[in-house]
Amino acid sequence: MSKHTVTIEINGSSITREVDSRLLLVHFLREELVMTGTHIGCDTSHCGACTVLIDGRSVKSCTLFTMQANGKSLTTIEGMETEGKLHPLQEGFHQEHGLQCGFCTPGMIMRAAELLDKNPNPTEEEIRWGISGNLCRCTGYVNIIKAVQYAAEKIQKEAT
Amino acid sequence: MNGPKTSVEVGGMGHNIKRKEDARFIRGQGKYTDDVVLPGMLHMDIVRSPYAYAKIKSINTDNAMAIPGVHAVITGEVLEGYNLHWMPTLMSDTQMVLPTDTVMYQSQEVAAVIADDRYIAADGVEAVEVEYEPMQAVVDPFKAMEADAPVLRTDKEGKTDNHIWHWETGDAEKTEEAFQAADVVVKEKVYLPRIHVASIETCGCVASFDPVEGKLTVWMTTQAPHAIRTVVALVAGHVGLSEEKIRIISPDIGGGFGGKVPVYPGYVIAIASSVVIGKPVKWVEDRSENLQADSFARDYHMDVELAASNSGKMEALRIKTVADHGYTDAAANPSKYPAGMFSICTGSYDIKNAFTEMDAYYTNKPPGGIAYRCSFRVTEAVHAIERIVDVLALKLGRDPADLRMQNFIQPEDFPYQSALGWEYDSGNYPRALKLAMEKIGYEELRREQKEKRERGELMGIGISSFTEIVGAGPSKDFDILGIKMFDSCELRIHPTGKAIARFGTKSQGQGHETTYAQILAEELGIPSSQIQIEEGDTDTAPYGLGTYASRSTPTAGAAAAKAAHKIREKARKIAAHLLEASEEDLEWEVGKFFVKGSPEQAKTIQEIAFAAYTNHPQGLEPGLEATHYYDPPNMTFPFGSYICVVDIDRKTGEIKIRRFVAIDDCGNIINPMIVEGQIHGGLTQGLAPAMYEELIYDEQGNILNGSFMDYLLPTSVETPNWETEQTITPSPHHPLGAKGVAESPTVGAPPAIANAVVDALSHLGVENIDIPITPFKVWQVFQEKGAAA
Amino acid sequence: MIPPPYEYLNPNQLSEAISLLQKHGEEAKILAGGHSLIPAMKLRFALPEYLIDISGIEGMDFLREEEGQLRIGAMSRESSLEESELISEKYPLLLDTAKMIADPQVRNMATVGGNLAHGDPANDHPAAMIALRARVVVEGPNGSREIGIDDFFTDFFTTALQNNEILTEIKIPAAPPNSGGSYQKIERKVGDYAAAAVACQLSFDAGGTIQQIGIGLTNVGPIPLRSNSAEDHLRGQIPDDSLIRESGRLAAEDCDPVDDLRGSAEYKRDLVNELTQRAIKISIERSERGS
Repeated sequence: MSKHTVTIEINGSSITREVDSRLLLVHFLREELVMTGTHIGCDTSHCGACTVLIDGRSVKSCTLFTMQANGKSLTTIEGMETEGKLHPLQEGFHQEHGLQCGFCTPGMIMRAAELLDKNPNPTEEEIRWGISGNLCRCTGYVNIIKAVQYAAEKIQKEAT
Repeated sequence: MNGPKTSVEVGGMGHNIKRKEDARFIRGQGKYTDDVVLPGMLHMDIVRSPYAYAKIKSINTDNAMAIPGVHAVITGEVLEGYNLHWMPTLMSDTQMVLPTDTVMYQSQEVAAVIADDRYIAADGVEAVEVEYEPMQAVVDPFKAMEADAPVLRTDKEGKTDNHIWHWETGDAEKTEEAFQAADVVVKEKVYLPRIHVASIETCGCVASFDPVEGKLTVWMTTQAPHAIRTVVALVAGHVGLSEEKIRIISPDIGGGFGGKVPVYPGYVIAIASSVVIGKPVKWVEDRSENLQADSFARDYHMDVELAASNSGKMEALRIKTVADHGYTDAAANPSKYPAGMFSICTGSYDIKNAFTEMDAYYTNKPPGGIAYRCSFRVTEAVHAIERIVDVLALKLGRDPADLRMQNFIQPEDFPYQSALGWEYDSGNYPRALKLAMEKIGYEELRREQKEKRERGELMGIGISSFTEIVGAGPSKDFDILGIKMFDSCELRIHPTGKAIARFGTKSQGQGHETTYAQILAEELGIPSSQIQIEEGDTDTAPYGLGTYASRSTPTAGAAAAKAAHKIREKARKIAAHLLEASEEDLEWEVGKFFVKGSPEQAKTIQEIAFAAYTNHPQGLEPGLEATHYYDPPNMTFPFGSYICVVDIDRKTGEIKIRRFVAIDDCGNIINPMIVEGQIHGGLTQGLAPAMYEELIYDEQGNILNGSFMDYLLPTSVETPNWETEQTITPSPHHPLGAKGVAESPTVGAPPAIANAVVDALSHLGVENIDIPITPFKVWQVFQEKGAAA
Repeated sequence: MIPPPYEYLNPNQLSEAISLLQKHGEEAKILAGGHSLIPAMKLRFALPEYLIDISGIEGMDFLREEEGQLRIGAMSRESSLEESELISEKYPLLLDTAKMIADPQVRNMATVGGNLAHGDPANDHPAAMIALRARVVVEGPNGSREIGIDDFFTDFFTTALQNNEILTEIKIPAAPPNSGGSYQKIERKVGDYAAAAVACQLSFDAGGTIQQIGIGLTNVGPIPLRSNSAEDHLRGQIPDDSLIRESGRLAAEDCDPVDDLRGSAEYKRDLVNELTQRAIKISIERSERGS
């Protein structure tokens, strides 16, 4: 099994590594780069804990080979806070008590980031469908929805 | 309680303080077990049995060992060499760590491969060759109890059947008499299926044995690190692991819900491997392993009977249960209570006669019997009583709310002695149900239902008025493996008036870092933002039994208050010295002592703390620290009333929860925001088994839904918008008047949902539908009752 | 769960991808979105020696109407259907279908071509494509050929694709005026495969008679199914309640479900009956709204 060279821009920095064909993207992040904010909650792409953005699109990094991200731009939870300023979603999850054990939180935030990017003012129903690929066992989703709404408002306020 | 006593700055009880722990979690900086990386760390993966019951004829590890990067393959034979191939369960039953000759359930651990990384370990697992001789599995407990059933636990000398234990409580004779004398008797078979907690983080550990120091450090996903340390010392003492050389660390935990209380074979194998190889070993299970092999919950087959007078007065309750424990009784109940707190089954009602008995059996399914977000089998008990009350209402033609009101234990009856031996501490059941009915518009809904029924539309309203029993527990009755179920707080006030407190519990999302600080702020006046909370490291935290069964606030929360009171006692002495007043003349108000009648003559807790290190009274020990081990005098009894409204599609059987109102009462509230969050989550874990979750096995003991593809956790789309509110009935014996809360909703929600669906279909002659109630089951009801649209 | 070792290949020309398929034969598999294949590899159900990632090949991700056809590149992600104005304006059946597949993240990777080429009768696109009377374009060593959707699904998890061929495009007759479609799916929870689902696409002539009708059925047989008898019953008719009711009954007769965790065969048949009626009704509503 030969190694391949991948170059991926991760949270703004270009990273080049030699990886095995079969190395899953989530393990590349967690084990090669020791960026452990991206979590693993299942094996079957159902839980969404491993969600990251590739070229702005949310994907489940447990069901991608690292090679599939070659040449692309990737954002993880570690890249959401910029210049010491929390992303409005991070702030929203804190303000609205949108997390408990915190395990699903990074994936939720990454998924919600794309949702708000595509639909800056989603209805409750759109948020519910929008995060339907992310399982949370603690919150009952009520406050996660509020957290996304909080962020939507904040982003819109900042834009005006 | 009328609003917070402390200012926002102090942030004591009753404030919606935003959580301290969030800072790391929202940045992806939480430190969970799988995030622990140590130099030279190896990875472990596990070979599991494809059969539910089979003899192991041979295990060939040659091909696995030939893979570059594989260090060892651990088998039962290897562990036998160290006498580590068996371990006790928390119920004093026994369990294989790795088998030497027989596998007893599908996905049982058979061997473990230790390798450089998890990819190589997985390849090693594929390469281990195991030859099995399958045997006919016993999957159904009713088959297991038959006289000619094969005896499964042949490892137990002299065992001639599959019976584990019989347990009973109450007065059988008096209950029988009451049944004989009653006007009306209703009976129902109620099954609570096998389910799985499925916390989003699976289980795992990093075991690191330092051969030079002889010290073992284990980072693990455990809700009870101290108990684990003692268990490891007891199980592995003979190989030199002495308790002072064992350090268990529970780092951040991605949800527990009871699934992280037991000791699983994987932990023990990883520990043994680290000791043998002398390097750190990480084991983190996959989701499928988690669902297929870790402890299940529920699996109670209940025959429920309720006797009443024609006027609706409940006279007697009798429940006979068959419990399926799988291969071994690996529940996590207090020793004296093999059926946990099932005897809370008389619920919120004044029923003078009750008797319940239970028989537990072995089958070829994974072991367990843990509580899925509930206090030791309370969910089963509550489901039984709340379902049978509705069956009685149906039989008597009574409104189920009205029938409940008639039979509630009344507020003036507390403390109330239940027929099955509990002393309920406090409650106001009618108030909670009334509030729920007002909030949801009960009368209007009943009118709407009547109209809809006439039009052939299906709509149901379900009530559950449950009583929980949490906070285990008083030492006279409660222990796990002999260790009494107290919990603890060790509190240190620093010279500058800031503090650190450590506890024997371990948060898995409950927010202890925030709420414990609020309790201490309430009692000491030190701002909660200046109080650091630590848990989960057995080298630093005081001994405690851990976090499960909604026990943290009732036990460790009380310990915090008591430790703070000890600090105040000493602070009084120091303040008297500083103010040159006598101790008796000093009065405490949040954050300071002042001289009675001269409030300007005061010393703040910060000034007192400074003096404790710089200017303490001669003859008094310097410093300002206290430890308290809290042995609760009684359990606490949270309660609530829930009302659920469902609409059912006559064609497809689809069930839509239109509204769900939850009124909870957990006594005094530490942090309303967190309490509400706990209730949202608990309700969702009530919805899950009510409509989606069940572990399903075929007749050979093969699991049919061992991944998230088919074991269905509700998403944001299935979950309704929970409408919550609280009433407050303080606990009279808890120092803060508080009770536990996180599990009440998981206990109370399933019968509310089941009652709503049955209510929608009751005119078709439906009395009970076992959970999970799926559209397919409803469709089957349509067919059976000839009510297909 | 860890996938087995394999060799990753990423050609940037279609011809190169086909040569690689030629070279490696059955040991190679095409990697499109990977959301069926990678889970199967993690479970070690699929053990390919080579994966040929075709995401780097230009010109396979497009979505346009031309020459009376809707042309969908095989590498179009499901999410691009959801986000397409053309699809939401003219092809409500495809929009419905795309929205019901798995979840948003999966739809960002999963491709329309992959959803068909996998040959899974539980996938959602096949029934929609049957209703839309799609043609599948495949490219092999000897050039390209078109396969009618009814000839594409040959057996359980088996399609008419040869080992050395790659699905490149789906062609759908452009939706005529006064047409409508709908995908109706019952699932145990969001993102699940269907217990049963029905795709309907229909168009009316000026007189209100059903001119074209397609009804496809998901996960109620070894392959995705067309309900010929329901289509025949509706074609050339002006729909009314009894006609629609009878169409539901006929579709239920045409399907061939089995008992499984999602319910009994009879239950699924009953669902097909009901969902067919719903899909027809919504298609009609949408056509009238469109006209």
